[in-house]
Amino acid sequence: MENNTYNISVFTENSVGMLNRITIIFTRRNINIESITASESEIEGIHRYTIVVNEPKETVRKVISQIEKQIDVVKAFYHSDDEVVYQEIALYKLPTKALASGGDAERIVRAHHARILTIESEFTILEKTGYPDEIKELFTELKPFGLLEFVRSGRVAISKPMKTLEEHLEDMNNEKIIL
Amino acid sequence: MSQITGSEAVIKSLVAEGVHTIFGYPGGAIMPIYDALYDYSDKVTHILVRHEQGAIHAAQGFARTSETCGVCFATSGPGATNLITGLADAMIDSTPVVCITGQVASHLLGTDAFQETDVIGISMPVTKWNVQVKRAQDIPAALAKAFFIARSGRPGPVLVDITKDAQFGMMDFNYEACKDIRSYFPNPVMDPTKIDDAAVLLNTAKKPYILIGQGITLANAEQELLEFVEKSGIPVASTLLGLGAFPPNHPQYVGYLGMHGNYAPNILTNEADVILAVGMRFDDRVTGDVSRYAKQAKIIHIDIDFAELNKIVTNEVSIHADAKEALALLTTKVERRTHESWIQEFRDAEKLEVEAVIEDAIHPKHDRLQMAEVVNMLSEKTDGQAIVVTDVGQHQMITSRYYQYKAQNTNITSGGLGTMGFALPAAIGAKLGNPSKTVVAIIGDGGFQMTIQELGTILQFKIDIKILILNNNFLGMVRQWQELFFEKRYSFTDIVNPNFTQIAKGYDIEALKIDQRTELSEALDTMLSSQAAYLLEVVVEQEENVFPMVATGASVSEIRLN
Repeated sequence: MENNTYNISVFTENSVGMLNRITIIFTRRNINIESITASESEIEGIHRYTIVVNEPKETVRKVISQIEKQIDVVKAFYHSDDEVVYQEIALYKLPTKALASGGDAERIVRAHHARILTIESEFTILEKTGYPDEIKELFTELKPFGLLEFVRSGRVAISKPMKTLEEHLEDMNNEKIIL
Repeated sequence: MSQITGSEAVIKSLVAEGVHTIFGYPGGAIMPIYDALYDYSDKVTHILVRHEQGAIHAAQGFARTSETCGVCFATSGPGATNLITGLADAMIDSTPVVCITGQVASHLLGTDAFQETDVIGISMPVTKWNVQVKRAQDIPAALAKAFFIARSGRPGPVLVDITKDAQFGMMDFNYEACKDIRSYFPNPVMDPTKIDDAAVLLNTAKKPYILIGQGITLANAEQELLEFVEKSGIPVASTLLGLGAFPPNHPQYVGYLGMHGNYAPNILTNEADVILAVGMRFDDRVTGDVSRYAKQAKIIHIDIDFAELNKIVTNEVSIHADAKEALALLTTKVERRTHESWIQEFRDAEKLEVEAVIEDAIHPKHDRLQMAEVVNMLSEKTDGQAIVVTDVGQHQMITSRYYQYKAQNTNITSGGLGTMGFALPAAIGAKLGNPSKTVVAIIGDGGFQMTIQELGTILQFKIDIKILILNNNFLGMVRQWQELFFEKRYSFTDIVNPNFTQIAKGYDIEALKIDQRTELSEALDTMLSSQAAYLLEVVVEQEENVFPMVATGASVSEIRLN
């Protein structure tokens, strides 16, 4: 069976319970959500969800139709990984002592283009943005330093096709006016 | 302008939407709304049901027979959760219902207050839309949106949950009907090139076939369908909920689709070369094994709900449109043709069913009464014009098979959800929406007891419905499956029933029980001519099976005649 990663972008009104309404659609079909993020979009009052799933394209297409059917959903899209630019962010908390004692720490931070967010006497927090495997790689390298905490965000993704949401909305509204 | 309470705003909003009948049950968290309702009894009739499930099924029966929106009231907590079955039923059968539930005061939300439940969360998967209102001034807009959403596009149930403080709050009332929601597109813009594509397929087809569903009724497209069918000459079959949308005695009508439908329309689904499906959704009860369903056919699917297109079957042409509009345009594009030899194939197959099943069912040689002969006689006596409300099970399938629904909006049944207990309250709603029509509720002995408390509603409001109980002292459909697929292991399907006629009499409802064929005709006449509610219990064959049957996992072409 074909099994691909799809990036689903959902644009909704900012109403209470929207996230629940959307996730129910995945739950009903027993689809595991690999990652989900929510934020404001470029249009005021419209929220944007980025949902990553591993499912056949046909399933994703049907899920998209059911998501779009929700009253407060403005538009939903799905894209394969090569049709989007995506990033994740991770934070790593390490004992400052461990970083300061070894000579390797600086090399690792530079090699991975990680940023140091804060240095306290007891701990240091590094930040890394990138693909999941890059984040994982840095995690593996930092582990020997006595990694105290690690957290990774869900994926954010922007599609490569140039049509904007506003253009889609305009098209849809033009259709409304015809009626 | 002087201010009014949120509660009064609820009632004024309903009046503005043209609501004159509400089904409901009061309780603590909705008391202010009931208090406001007290002053509007000249404009709005409130039907006090005996259980909130009864309220919503009644609202469904009302909506489906009167082409308006059903409305019901319930209190918070258990009142609201009792609506859930009806919401799920209305959702899957596309019925416009607006439910208004009371909620604890907003400062108590999330605190496990008395009779607090997260009705928004619970009802989310079974509502087209729902919203909680916490301020009096937001009530009219929320209700306007609720009615617009419930009625437009593919209809469905909505729920508006109003906190007690919002009901008490003061506000300036100003009602504006909702006409547009920026994220909601209920009226699809039809692509006329798709209609051209469909016409080309239909005009060149050798064995074209039309499948209709409730979408015809919901779009009021009965006339457009008839014109299209007569011009194109194509045979028509109907789903369970589509019955009543096309005249059953029309020469091009070939029958009822699905698991217990007619033989010809099922078996010939796998012979058609082009299928035009309108306002139906290829439910598994219609398709049987979908991997062996109409694989040879090119499918044209017209539906107002985009998510239904290419959901179950893959279409050659998908037309996202209102059925009325699409059929009207398609009629102008198809050639006037006849398909006599193709229709003859249906008639030939139909003969097999008449010989193997129908003849014996309506003119039985058995001693015991058969469900089919009862329904057949009712159909003849009412000339197929009555509103017939059915529950769920064998009697439902028998009624769909043997009642000739000749009038529109008269076939009321729980199709998608299969809710036992639906018929009695739905019939109450249907009668209130159609006071001049005969309403017959055909119910099994099992389902009747699921909402039997609504006899109290009939008593109180003197609702003239005819209750026809087909009593086989079994949960018959499950028993049939146990017989056919579980080696006759009748696991908990034999049911000991109370004395139904005595119960009816306790509610002041005239009642009669018969078990002889010789009594049937007169008993039906007495029931139909009674000027008030009437209960007729007909004791039927205990182990009657409904045939034909497409067993689960079988293909429509493997439909069994016995």
